[in-house]
Amino acid sequence: MPEIATQELRVVGFLCNWCSYGGADTAGVSRFKQPTDLRIIRVPCSGRVDPLFVVKALLNGADGVLVSGCHPRDCHYSDGNFYARRRLEMLKRLLPFLGIDERRFYYTWVSASEGARWQQTVTEFTNRIHELGPLHIKKEATP
Amino acid sequence: MRVGVFICHCGNNIAGTIDVARVAEETRKIPGVAYATTYMYTCSEPGQNEIKEAITREGLDRVVVAACSPRMHELTFRRTVEKAGLNRYFFEMANIREHISWIGENKDLNTLKATEAVRMAVAKVMQDKPLYSTSFKVNKRVLVIGGGVAGMQAALDCADGGLEVLLVEKSPSVGGMMARLDKTFPTIDCSICILGPKMVDVAQHDKITLHAYSEIEEIKGYVGNYQIKIRKKATYVDWSKCTGCGACMEKCPSKNSYDAFNFGVAPTRAINIPFPQAIPKKAKIDPNYCRQFVKGKCGVCAKICPTNAIDYEMKDEIITEDIGAIIVATGYSLIDMDKLPEYGGGRYPDVISGAQYERLLNASGPTSGHIVRPSDHMEPKTIAFISCAGSRDKSIGIPYCSNFCCMYIAKQAILTKDHIPDSQSYVFYMDIRSPGKGYDEFTRRAQEEYGAKYIRGRVSRIYPKGNKMVVRGSDTLLGAQVEVEADLVVLGTAVVSTPDAAHMAEKLHISYDTFGFYVESHPKLRPVETNTSGVFLAGACQGPKDIPASVGQGSAAASKVQALFSKDMLESDPAVARVNMNTCVGCLKCLKTCPFGAIKEKELRDGRVVADVIETVCAGCGVCTSTCPCGAIQLQHFTDNQLLAEVNAICRK
Repeated sequence: MPEIATQELRVVGFLCNWCSYGGADTAGVSRFKQPTDLRIIRVPCSGRVDPLFVVKALLNGADGVLVSGCHPRDCHYSDGNFYARRRLEMLKRLLPFLGIDERRFYYTWVSASEGARWQQTVTEFTNRIHELGPLHIKKEATP
Repeated sequence: MRVGVFICHCGNNIAGTIDVARVAEETRKIPGVAYATTYMYTCSEPGQNEIKEAITREGLDRVVVAACSPRMHELTFRRTVEKAGLNRYFFEMANIREHISWIGENKDLNTLKATEAVRMAVAKVMQDKPLYSTSFKVNKRVLVIGGGVAGMQAALDCADGGLEVLLVEKSPSVGGMMARLDKTFPTIDCSICILGPKMVDVAQHDKITLHAYSEIEEIKGYVGNYQIKIRKKATYVDWSKCTGCGACMEKCPSKNSYDAFNFGVAPTRAINIPFPQAIPKKAKIDPNYCRQFVKGKCGVCAKICPTNAIDYEMKDEIITEDIGAIIVATGYSLIDMDKLPEYGGGRYPDVISGAQYERLLNASGPTSGHIVRPSDHMEPKTIAFISCAGSRDKSIGIPYCSNFCCMYIAKQAILTKDHIPDSQSYVFYMDIRSPGKGYDEFTRRAQEEYGAKYIRGRVSRIYPKGNKMVVRGSDTLLGAQVEVEADLVVLGTAVVSTPDAAHMAEKLHISYDTFGFYVESHPKLRPVETNTSGVFLAGACQGPKDIPASVGQGSAAASKVQALFSKDMLESDPAVARVNMNTCVGCLKCLKTCPFGAIKEKELRDGRVVADVIETVCAGCGVCTSTCPCGAIQLQHFTDNQLLAEVNAICRK
């Protein structure tokens, strides 16, 4: 695709089917305007997100990765999001060792009815990635 | 592999902000894509036929539809490709409407984003494997939670259709909120007179098992095969012996127990039958007030009971049942008047809630239907009603309208005039919301025929002056301050979700909104279904609703259960986890993490122990897949390779 892409950065979102994907749908139905950088991948549960997916995305060109699931205790699968929280929190601490600023990764909880919250989440995270600029792994590596 | 991509205009919904022709053009360049086209409404019948024809004409073996959310039409298109002879899992959707065209303002960027969404879907569909459902048996018993009018209607409709019904009600009697109303709008029908027969039907129906004063302890399983535990709370009265004679209630010396049925308007006895028409009509002891429990001695009821039904040693009992579907009809609560300090409800005895007023009006209420002021038991002559007490008030977190207060306040104003002909009612309102059959006429009658004075404006403060309550507010139509000296103030308190609504939702694995109301599967087209298959909603647990709407939804939920149970076997979702026996090392981490206990150990002939998935129990969350250290257990349709294909489609360095 043409040059217009240059003003955008690459933000990848893993969204659970039951809450956050629905929340993003609700935001859409309500026409809540958002930045267009985000590319959404639907997963059944945030617990399905292997931390390696996040790493893979960041190493292969993503500038930021967002994971969003159901609120704690409101998981469609009882406690998949608790597993997600544990793994992703750990991942966040590991990212600097890979030379990636941990602010490029964010996980949160948005329910299917929270369209406005989704809009806010996307807008804030995308703005944050734009402030950080494109990811150059070597530059961000801490000595 | 020959992938066909169908890009939907969705009228102007997509084509208005995405250049769909360009998306199609770019899509044709993707390796593996044999055919890409755009269509005005892909979900329409000709749109679906176009897909079917293209599959045959172009020899397609995989299909991508770029249109709305898969939560909307994935099933529609899966059926379409299946009819054309493809496996229904050789299909993916790219959500270019909710996630792109409706939220992005720049058409070029939207077009780019849509192209990449299609690219991801194509990458995924090329990794898709054919999956086949298996079928399993359905247990055709239905659990109804909540014995209000919605739950009773659902239970009766299911039972009349021949299904076995378990009705679980947490309070000692069925009837719910409606049993506590005096009359109902807009007909002024006596509430208990129309509800009573239904309650009796519930009790006498041979297909309905009623568990009153019971709560759901645990729910396990999946559609068609749930195992539930019901806690039958201790009533301290053996209901198999109790005849409901009421002798215990007459003699009970503890006369200051809180009367939940009457919203605390007047005290009741520690042992009581909540109301004359109660079903089951059995007594229960409130241990918080009973002298035998508080002081350790009394035993009057045990002595007086003619059938020796009293049992102070009674314990909660847990029973287990197997069922196939659940109808949730847990109803609503009303906001606590303490949360509205400007009105002084709870502080001033003569400021009461609409629900309490309902009990004062009722002939079987604590005042036998005579309207009296709680403070001095005098008959009030001036009554002020305040609608939207809490509703539509963002400052206390209730931005929504409570739906029926406008109507019941009009009804109460009419009834007040009937009870006390020389009385004068004032109604402070924000807007009169009466959009129902005969509703607007009814609110007009209250004003024109019964002389209720409607004042448009909000009340800022209520304070006592002598033995009167001064209601101070604004009249926004006159643009002036108004003060009404009232003998009694009635608040149309806001409808809120029940206190344990969230807890119940978590047991059921259904979603709830910020306010604790349960979320339906689709706000317009699937109003009684939830996102959890086999769980249906009825009544005000889903949002404030009046009686006709609750009854309608109760029947609707029952018909959904009937439809579900019309088959003897259900088809399982084949998107479940599967173990590769060759790569599994038998660490069994998956077994420990599975939230559903769907994984068991299996010993192979060579003695190796591996994990094995019980397909019908697996719900398809994929927690095991991201736990497995060697990638041996894979959630079908969301395998590592399939998700990484999507990642790689957009992150290429």
